Order: sequence, then C-alpha cells, then structure tokens
Amino acid sequence: MKQRSYLALEGISVEFPTRAGRFCALDGIDLEVDKGQFVALIGHSGCGKSTLLNAVAGLVKPTRGAIFLDGELVDVPGPDRAVVFQDHSLLPWLTVEENVRLAVDKTAGGKSKAERKDWVIHNLELVQMAHAAGKRPGELSGGMKQRVGIARAIAMNPRVLLMDEPFGALDALTRAALQDVVMNLQARLNNTVLMITHDVDEAVLLADRVVMMTNGPAARIGEDLTVSLARPRNRLEAIDTVEYAEARSAVIHFLHERYRNPATLAA
Amino acid sequence: MASPSPGKTNGPSASTGGSATELGVILPYPEEAIARRSFEPVAAPVHPLIRSLRSVAANVTPTLLMVGALLAFWQLLCGSLDATFPSPLKVWQESHDVIVHPFKGVEIGLTHLSIQDGGDVGIAGHVLTSLGRVLIGYSIAAVIGVALGILIGQSVFAFRALDPLFQVLRTVPPLAWLPISLAIFQQAQPSAIFLIFITAIWPIILNTAVGVQTIPAAYRNVAKVLALNPVEYFARIMLPATVPHMFTGLRIGVGMSWLAIVAAEMVQGGTGVGFFIWDSYNSSLLTDTIVALIWIGMVGFALDRMVALAGRIIGRAG
Repeated sequence: MKQRSYLALEGISVEFPTRAGRFCALDGIDLEVDKGQFVALIGHSGCGKSTLLNAVAGLVKPTRGAIFLDGELVDVPGPDRAVVFQDHSLLPWLTVEENVRLAVDKTAGGKSKAERKDWVIHNLELVQMAHAAGKRPGELSGGMKQRVGIARAIAMNPRVLLMDEPFGALDALTRAALQDVVMNLQARLNNTVLMITHDVDEAVLLADRVVMMTNGPAARIGEDLTVSLARPRNRLEAIDTVEYAEARSAVIHFLHERYRNPATLAA
Repeated sequence: MASPSPGKTNGPSASTGGSATELGVILPYPEEAIARRSFEPVAAPVHPLIRSLRSVAANVTPTLLMVGALLAFWQLLCGSLDATFPSPLKVWQESHDVIVHPFKGVEIGLTHLSIQDGGDVGIAGHVLTSLGRVLIGYSIAAVIGVALGILIGQSVFAFRALDPLFQVLRTVPPLAWLPISLAIFQQAQPSAIFLIFITAIWPIILNTAVGVQTIPAAYRNVAKVLALNPVEYFARIMLPATVPHMFTGLRIGVGMSWLAIVAAEMVQGGTGVGFFIWDSYNSSLLTDTIVALIWIGMVGFALDRMVALAGRIIGRAG
C-alpha cells in the first residue's frame, strides 16, 4: 500500500444543490502536502479555492473523496486545523488576549492557568501584538486584527495552518508587513500551511509550492509549481533572484494566458 | 551632562527648554527657536464640574423651552372659564394635594418600604405598587421570553412551529387578554401579573430569536474550528452576540408591560396607578388623571432608560 503524505486530499469533489440543479464546485482534486511545507493555492475568483480550504477545515463536507491528516481521516472541524479567516473573525466582545485565550483553553489541556497565559502572550509577541493584549478588536486597525487572527491560529499548535486569503482586505504596505510576519513565523515554527491568495507575489514569496487552480465550475488543479527559493527568505533578497522571476512568470502565464479570468473574457 | 554635538547651538542662557535624547543627553533648544514659536492664548481653565453643567444645560434648555411653550399654549387654549378641559393652572389648583404630597401613606426606610393598605395613598405610592407588579410580570416575561427566543432562533423546526403562533398572539391588545386572564386564574393578583407578562413577552421572544438567527457565520465558523461544545458556544458566542438584539426586545418589552398596567389594575382594584386613573375618572377628577398620566409617562421613560443602560453595561462587559 502506498504511503500517504502528511496531508492528503484524495479525489475531493464538492457539489452544492442549487435551484438550477447541482453545482459542481470542485471536481476530483488530489493534493499531497508534506509536513512543514507551505502551499499557496492560487486561482481566479469563484474557482473554488475557499471551498477546498473549507473542506480541509471540515467546514464543508466533500460530496466525494476523503481528506487524511497524518494518516487519519478528517471530516469534522477541529482545532488541529486552525483557520486564519479573511475577515479575521475575532470576537468583538473579547479582548485580544481573551480571543487568543479562548483558542488556547480549547487546545492546551493539562496546562496551568499561568502557563496558558504565558503561551497567549508568547504568541501575541510572535506577531508583535503583545502591547495590545487588553484592547478589543474594534480598537485595532485591519492589519493588527489579522495579526491577532494569526496569533490565535498558531497558538492552537495546529497540525495544519489554513489561511483563507488572510491579507486580501489589507492595503499593499500593511499586506507586505503581514507577509513578513508570516515569513518569520514560518522560519521559526515550520508549520504545514495551506494558504489561499489572489496575489502572485505573495504566493511566490511565501510558498514552497504554488498550486494553481483552473476556473470553475468543476475546478481542478491546473499546475503545481515548486518554488526553489532558499529558506529562510527575505523579501528584498528574494525579489532579485532568477528563481523568483521564473516562478512569478510561470504563475502569471498560467493565470492570464492559459486560464484567463472568466470575468475579463466575457467583457 | 555630556557635551552636545558641535552642530547644535548651545547658548549658555538657552537652558530653559530641552529634550531628552535616547542616550539621556539633554540638548537645549536654541533661543531663537523658542522665540519663533508663537503660542495660542490659553483659555482660562474651566472647572470640569462647570463644564459638564454647561453641556447638561445645553441639552436640557431646548426641552425646557418647549415644555414651557406647550404649557403656555395649553393655558391659552383652555384658560377661559367655559373651557371643558382643565388648563395647567386649574390642574395645579385642583390637584394641588396630589401633586405636592405624592408620598402620602408611604413609608420609605433604608431597608424597607411600606405602603399603607387602601385608604388615602399619594400617587407615588400607587406608582410604586404598580412598579412592583410590573417587576414581577416583566421578570417572568424576560426569562421565558429569552428562553423561547433562543429556542426558535436556534431550531428551524421550533421556529416554523411557533413563530406563526407568536405573530398572531402578539397583536392581541392587553385589554383583550383581561377576561381570559380572569377565567384562567380566578384571582385578581395573578391575573394582573399575567396581563403584564403576556403583553411584554412577544417583543422579547421575537427580538431574541432574530439576534440568534443573525449571529454572523464567521462566529459560527470560529466556534466550529475551536470545537466549542454546546455550553461553551452558548456562553461564549451566542449570548454575547445576541445581547444587543435581546436588549432591544427587553426595552420594548418594559415599555409594553408598563402600557399594560392600566388594564391590569382595572382587574385588581384598590391600589396602583392604573387604579388611580380609573378611580379619578369615576370620581370626575380629570385633573388628577392628568397628573397620573404625567407620572406614568415619566416612570415609563425612566424604565426604558434603565433597561437601555443595563444593555449597554452588559454589552460592554461581554
């Protein structure tokens, strides 16, 4: 029998019932991710990237196929697959510290109160947000909220970190700062990460592999590109390398030549 | 003090101002720089108490002016001798006793409150009796209303089963419940409380349900990813997310329960501001009725503000 990868998606199809019949969002997706690998999923809007991520998170049930994590079948949501949501999804009635604490309390079985508090603060320090521990999300900027969203996810010590277009709602400069945060975290923690993005540079800069999806409906994986940039990475050094330029060019050709945005085709 | 860098001016007389650098070195500002800076004239300091009094005055003055204007208009309209409706002055003269002795027959201590049973009781005594009834009926309505609201907000089946029923029942006016209430309870006290309860409960149920139904999907997803159990979901997500809607319902509910008080106290005679109105009407003391109306309005307003305040405090505490 074949040895499964750390995270293995096998023949994932997702169909939604609609008034006009069944809508097939994903059609037979196979994806294997090794432990510690950072995979970026890229594709045009509506290609089912979020559906795929939600299937791994357990928030969407695949119509066919199965997802295995470390050899175990996963089909319900759980804190071992922490999600960084696009809209950060912090609970507005809790402080920054309490938001992270809620996640820690669900995952840090057996730890004392003091240990949990230290762990919360430690994770907030990793994203440079310990200074705002007592603030509520409403008092923070978008970038700061997403830093807390990241802290909440990594504080759960997930087996896979899922990021659903984490920086999509941020301005370019804030996004770059957050990408640096993720790069630093990846250098320190070496998480297994599945990240959705629209941004070619973000995908190439952060990921070990860029998985490109074809346009929906019935989206499939079109191409799987390995980014051979050395780790740990640094934005300024990376952008001047040949590997960066090649990877960037490959992704752009895929997105804008072979699988053009259906919206611009129609226009 | 370490010697400043040669580029900086260091006049011996310019040592009044300065800024601490990271190294802890104090570099004096050049004198010309200080001279160049102009300063706005500083307004004379105003005591914070006076400032807050001023802002209160600015808020309240238009209201007071309007009330004064309305009273004057009313006096003008009903001031003639053959007017059928009493003027404000007439109200003041004829109901003088009711207005200036509201606490007649009421004994208020630090720990106890007793209202003379029957007989000659001031209007505040009647209002307090009514408030006691509203408190009981409204509290029951709040507890059951929130529980039912969560039930129909949470379960689609319960919503489909119960919502049409609630939508029909909520339009029934309090007075229409009166005979039914008497038939059920046979006694005055529980029927009066039931009337308040049945009037106040609908907005509490329906608003709580809407609050539960509109919990953002994002929060539900967070709960799923964290694998919160039902109890944790209820306490950490559902309740705090629903509090604003819940308190909208509780606010409307407290207003409605106060509206039901007159109907309720037509059942239970003898005491309460509803009875007071009924009684003054029967004795043709129209001016007393007017005084009672103003009391009811003021107390209703205060109740509304109290529930709103409670909602804000609880919403903030989360």
